[in-house]
Amino acid sequence: MGRFILQRFGVMFLTALALTLIVFFLTNLQPNLEKIAKFQGNARMTEPEVVSWLEKNGYAQPMLTRYAEWLGLAKGWTHTDDEGKVTGRCIDHGQAPAEAPSRCGLLQGDWGYSIFFEADVAGKVLGKLALTGKLMLWVMLLMIPMALIIGVLSGMREGSKLDRVLSTFSIVTTATPEYVSGVIFIAVFASSAVGLKWFKGTATSAMENATFENFFLPVLTISLYGMGYISRMTRASMTEVMTAQYIRTARLKGVSFYNVVVKHALRNALIAPFTVIMLQFPWLLNGVVIVETLFNYKGFGWALVQAAGNNDIELLLAISVVSVMVVLVTQLISDIGYVYLNPRIRIS
Amino acid sequence: MDPLSTFEIITRILVQLSPVWISLILLYAMSIAFKRRLGLYGKLFDSPIGMIGFGLVMFWVFTGVYGALDMIVTHDPLSQVSGMKNKVPGTPVRSAEEGEYAWYLLGGDNLARDVFSRLIKGAWEVIKIAPLAAIFAFMVGITLGLPAGYYGGKLDITLSFLANLILAFPVILLFYLLVTPEIVATGVPNYMAIVLFVFPIIFLAVLLNSRFHTRPKLRTPLLIGVLGLATWMYLQLVSNGGYLINTPDYKIIGLPRVLDFFDIDPGLLVVFVSVVFVNSPTVFRIVRGLTMDIKTRDYVAAAQTRGEGPWYIMLWEILPNARGPLIVDFCLRIGYTIILLGTLGFFGLGLAPESPDWGSTINDGRKLLSIYLHPALPPALALLSLVLGLNLLADGLREESLKD
Repeated sequence: MGRFILQRFGVMFLTALALTLIVFFLTNLQPNLEKIAKFQGNARMTEPEVVSWLEKNGYAQPMLTRYAEWLGLAKGWTHTDDEGKVTGRCIDHGQAPAEAPSRCGLLQGDWGYSIFFEADVAGKVLGKLALTGKLMLWVMLLMIPMALIIGVLSGMREGSKLDRVLSTFSIVTTATPEYVSGVIFIAVFASSAVGLKWFKGTATSAMENATFENFFLPVLTISLYGMGYISRMTRASMTEVMTAQYIRTARLKGVSFYNVVVKHALRNALIAPFTVIMLQFPWLLNGVVIVETLFNYKGFGWALVQAAGNNDIELLLAISVVSVMVVLVTQLISDIGYVYLNPRIRIS
Repeated sequence: MDPLSTFEIITRILVQLSPVWISLILLYAMSIAFKRRLGLYGKLFDSPIGMIGFGLVMFWVFTGVYGALDMIVTHDPLSQVSGMKNKVPGTPVRSAEEGEYAWYLLGGDNLARDVFSRLIKGAWEVIKIAPLAAIFAFMVGITLGLPAGYYGGKLDITLSFLANLILAFPVILLFYLLVTPEIVATGVPNYMAIVLFVFPIIFLAVLLNSRFHTRPKLRTPLLIGVLGLATWMYLQLVSNGGYLINTPDYKIIGLPRVLDFFDIDPGLLVVFVSVVFVNSPTVFRIVRGLTMDIKTRDYVAAAQTRGEGPWYIMLWEILPNARGPLIVDFCLRIGYTIILLGTLGFFGLGLAPESPDWGSTINDGRKLLSIYLHPALPPALALLSLVLGLNLLADGLREESLKD
């Protein structure tokens, strides 16, 4: 087990390194750099001005050198202008060049500076993550119990009327991406045209003060899309367990149907959905981006859209590191959990 | 002229769609009449779920095709008619000329365009891209997944690592990085297209060669013919205006314009390439898993004993026996591709802003959602019904293929 986890961590590390390199490469292509120069400097810069701006701000070095700078392996760039004033990657505004550290990157705990938020990346990302964490917590609290209940109810008697109804419901939810269900929910429950107005169509106010009224629609929108998939997995696993020999034995011994389901079947039927729930995280991340944009909830997903739209390189890199870590850690947990939950593997 | 009542709107839409109804009835009548001779497709008509799903899918396919032929649409999807901005469904067009359709059946959007016509034209945008992208993703996934599963070892480890790498990327981040005008200008999507679109050719070449290599007289002309045609199509696909890659700094010359009969709009190409790129690792994983399972069967051992080559076994023994799950996944994958295309449209990436595709229309409509529902709801429901149809179709196929 220890070796397995160590190996997984190695792969994780390699994946994160490769992915950040790809992100770094794509965000640092020449046209993107010109975009940054025009965004930060002046929109009407001429070609030579752009080149000199890039030179002055350290963007003119080879890409790999700058990647190493971002990692903190190479020394940060410095630039001395005509008047002898020294600027550099690691020199904060108003700091004397001699006092600044020579390296500042991920290894030194410095995640860089966001040009869009005009603030340190680390603080911003943490703040946004907390907001999205709040959203995800409620999504999980709504989605998992609902999905498991639907799956177990439809799987315990395959082919019954209840099964048909619930299966149709879960197929419909898997066919409804967040931007469709979100739009429909806003149209029905929040618009003045229909007039129900039960909920609010934006969740901006939920960032400070989440109430049922302003937070339920985004939570429901994300949960529904994931719910269908989990409940179908639970149903498949439940129907398989219900046809097993030991269930038949229990029924023939005269154990009541309720007891068979709750005491005998449920525990075995829930192993497979556990891994599925864990593997849903990367998908939920997509949903988070869509829903945060749709409901204007300024969390992690919203920050991703803004960072990508403005080619905010260091913010984008931080966001990709975090999201890749989330994906890989959940995969790891799901693997370990599967081994732990399944006695057939655990004991052998 | 008076505005139409709800009942009149529905009737008029149904009438407007009459070519679709006729085609659907014909298709169903023919299929049910001959269903015993049509294999798996015929068996679909034994399962009510499959039939409903197939009906929904074919409804949108016919709508899309006829819409592209300008049969169902009532107005030009791009033209703006004055005074029709955000008008409710059934509003008569002001000063309609002779021969022009006199109403906006589903109202006007915020640029005074006809929502109904845009919905129909949008169906074609989806029908045109999604199945093709799914086919390419399958070609890539199968060509790489079969050897990874069959040989295992280092090849498997490398390919699986790359697949997991792409899968670990949040899809939307990838789209945001790939589908921007800046990236299109650097030619990165063209390079990706050049690599990804090679896979169907490799697939075809290996498929035919492994089967017919014992009969060189048949194989050589067949391969020359098929590969020649495929390569020509490939070059037409990847070269644009005489160049494979055309950036301000450097150019790579491609197929001469005389031989190049169609050019793909760079915006569309980048959308297509990224959708294929995102989908192929999943297909790879499925094919790899199926191959690892099937290669332990007796008939594979028999083929190995007979002395068949590895590619023959992979493509003619393993692949046909993996077709059940693959067909089911193909339907689901088209649905997922449609969702991805919608996501791209929703974030305003890739396709032109005035494009009538459903994702862009939903994105346009959502800004005024609290006051006007009619621009955003029809494309949302259309997308929902098409993906639902594909999911139901996949369910029906799964059920029927299990009965064998």
